[in-house]
Amino acid sequence: MSTTLEALINRPYEYGFVTDIESDAIPKGLSEDVIRLISKKKNEPDWLLEFRLNAYRHWLTMTEPVWANVSHAKIDYQDIIYYSAPKPKKKLASMDEVDPELLRTFEKLGVPMHERKMLANVAVDVIFDSVSVTTTYKEKLAEVGIIFCSFSEAVQHHPELVKQYLGSVVPSADNFFAALNSAVFTDGSFCYIPKNTRCPMDLSTYFRINNAESGQFERTLIIAEEGSHVSYLEGCTAPRFDTNQLHAAVVELVVLDNAEIKYSTVQNWYAGDENGVGGIYNFVTKRGLCKGVNSKISWTQVETGSAITWKYPSCVLLGDNSIGEFYSVALTNHHQQADTGTKMIHIGKNTRSRIVSKGISAGQSNNSYRGLVKISAKADGARNYSQCDSMLIGSACGAHTFPYIEVMNSTAKVEHEASTSRIGEDQMFYFASRGIGGEEAVSMIINGFCKEVFNHLPMEFAVEATKLLGLKLEGSVG
Amino acid sequence: MISSNSKVILEVRNLSASVAGIEILKGINLTVRSGEVHAIMGPNGSGKSTFSKVLAGHPGYTVTGGEVLFEGQNLLELPPEERARNGVFLAFQYPIEIPGVSNSAFLRLTYNTQQAHRGGEELDPLEFNDFIQEKCKIVEMDPSFLDRSVNEGFSGGEKKRNEILQMAVLDPRLAILDETDSGLDIDALRIVASGVNKLMTPDNAVIMVTHYQRLLNYITPDFVHVMRRGRIIKTGGKELALELETRGYDWLDDEHQKAASV
Ligand SMILES: Nc1ncnc2c1ncn2[C@@H]1O[C@H](COP(=O)(O)OP(=O)(O)OP(=O)(O)O)[C@@H](O)[C@H]1O
Ligand SMILES: [Mg+2]
Repeated sequence: MSTTLEALINRPYEYGFVTDIESDAIPKGLSEDVIRLISKKKNEPDWLLEFRLNAYRHWLTMTEPVWANVSHAKIDYQDIIYYSAPKPKKKLASMDEVDPELLRTFEKLGVPMHERKMLANVAVDVIFDSVSVTTTYKEKLAEVGIIFCSFSEAVQHHPELVKQYLGSVVPSADNFFAALNSAVFTDGSFCYIPKNTRCPMDLSTYFRINNAESGQFERTLIIAEEGSHVSYLEGCTAPRFDTNQLHAAVVELVVLDNAEIKYSTVQNWYAGDENGVGGIYNFVTKRGLCKGVNSKISWTQVETGSAITWKYPSCVLLGDNSIGEFYSVALTNHHQQADTGTKMIHIGKNTRSRIVSKGISAGQSNNSYRGLVKISAKADGARNYSQCDSMLIGSACGAHTFPYIEVMNSTAKVEHEASTSRIGEDQMFYFASRGIGGEEAVSMIINGFCKEVFNHLPMEFAVEATKLLGLKLEGSVG
Repeated sequence: MISSNSKVILEVRNLSASVAGIEILKGINLTVRSGEVHAIMGPNGSGKSTFSKVLAGHPGYTVTGGEVLFEGQNLLELPPEERARNGVFLAFQYPIEIPGVSNSAFLRLTYNTQQAHRGGEELDPLEFNDFIQEKCKIVEMDPSFLDRSVNEGFSGGEKKRNEILQMAVLDPRLAILDETDSGLDIDALRIVASGVNKLMTPDNAVIMVTHYQRLLNYITPDFVHVMRRGRIIKTGGKELALELETRGYDWLDDEHQKAASV
């Protein structure tokens, strides 16, 4: 081991975790040494280090994809810090210290007071102490044998499960960003639902948030054993700020015979200001494998944040009679760019998939749906139904649909429908002439437009998502 | 229905307005008192719909001169939703479709917004259902229309009927009905007209834009105005409508020009 590396490893211990950010992070840039360092700091087994290094070596041979309908300045991968020790977020003493813009958002969204404090990282009172909530939550899950913990914990306590499934759905060489993530991921969530177990509650990342920042390369792995069922919620409606611009997460789902995973996301990363300055680049690889017969994966996403979103939650329908679903609302405003959609890969017999995508564009934003439906030769009786609707608000934004259909089996049935509509001045005036102001009118129209997707979200999530869309579009109409 | 203690509801003075840089309204004067029914007639493109939309506050039209008082208050300074909440209602000549928004949810939101403004009681979905069933009877509307999206796929006549249903829900002080009769079949015309009559009280008023005397057989106007090229060039009683039916509009033009040149 090189001496610099040695020095780097030792430094955090010298100063502890409470030193300031600069001194506690390793230098910028990516190399095998940096990866070894990350792995060592996390006390990982050798096979995981190998996994990372393989991914890295492959990544070096790859080039950043350019096919997405987005544009951004070139990312300098040597200008990123790939590891910093988990640092506690700064605790605020009272709500008075919280950014007023954030408070206004909470107000609008109707987030309960104790949650506002938690989300804004204000010290919470005893009754609503997040730790106690989390503890009760964990106890309940443990009773039925469900494992729900951080990815790092899983590596330490359930290495055999992680080893068996990590990279089994998204191989480390899958794509540029997945390879990068595989090389340098720092943490994320792990979830295991044992055989014939129905998870007694929605699992929410919200309860897994510790006081450290989640990091820009998250890794999530969810395994649903035979006959199990889980509903997993990711994200929250409150705006998320992060100093890291590039985010490249990987989510893998594995579903065995007769099991089901329902994965819901509300994404509200910082989108940059009205002029398109700042904002997160969100390049995510999400894929689920319907490995068993009669298995089912249902993705529901509400994407409202990030400067750039590049995301295609997909289903590989391997088991016979398996089902893949994708319900999506993607909203872009100002200068946001979203290129999102899904891939449905039909391999097993009588597999079915359903895609419902609703794109809303406002301001000068650009919103693209990109979807692949692939029916392989053995997928007798496979069926797909896709519906892609776009709504334009104003005249400076764009909506695009790129459906790719590959059918290699003549018994397959694939249907695709698309529509584009516009919220125009006359619709707004119709509402106004009945006493309904701009914001409420937009939220009613948008809500109607997105109803089919919202119906698939857990109740409170749906209510919040509705308000969130309204808030995001504030001032963009009339 | 004019009573002795009728009040001025609407006072339009020398109103002019333009759209896309073209002057459409060129000095309109009109006074409407409570309990009155005013008919506005006039050839295509004369500015009737423009006048209606300007009163309701359509943002696409620019008021270039004059003033409008509604119950003594400057109407032009209010945004359209506040005009509506204060009691101005426009039944559109071409009601727009709003896909995905259920008619009953829309009606309830408009009603509750109105109630909140007036300090009245708001209704939950169940209470509103009872309320709206009664209102449907006024225009003999099949309640199944409540479950559909606002105006989506409605026939021309059904849209017009839905407009009057909204009028019944909002109980406006001033209703402007822009060619509500066009597109209605003979039975529907009678039903919708009788609905409007039921909604008339000594405290409210109606401005009806129409091309046909037929409507006026059902709803008797107190005044008939003729609009031409952005001006009201003649005002008379209900017999003026009959005269227009036989003589058309050109004779008025000559008369108006003569009067103007004297
Ligand atoms: N957005 C616009 N751009 C250009 N011209 C317009 C616009 N809106 C209205 N106009 C013009 O204004 C004039 C008045 O139109 P308006 O719709 O008020 O007529 P109307 O009296 O209601 O006619 P009709 O009896 O056919 O309904 C017409 O010549 C019309 O073409
Ligand atoms: Mg007209």
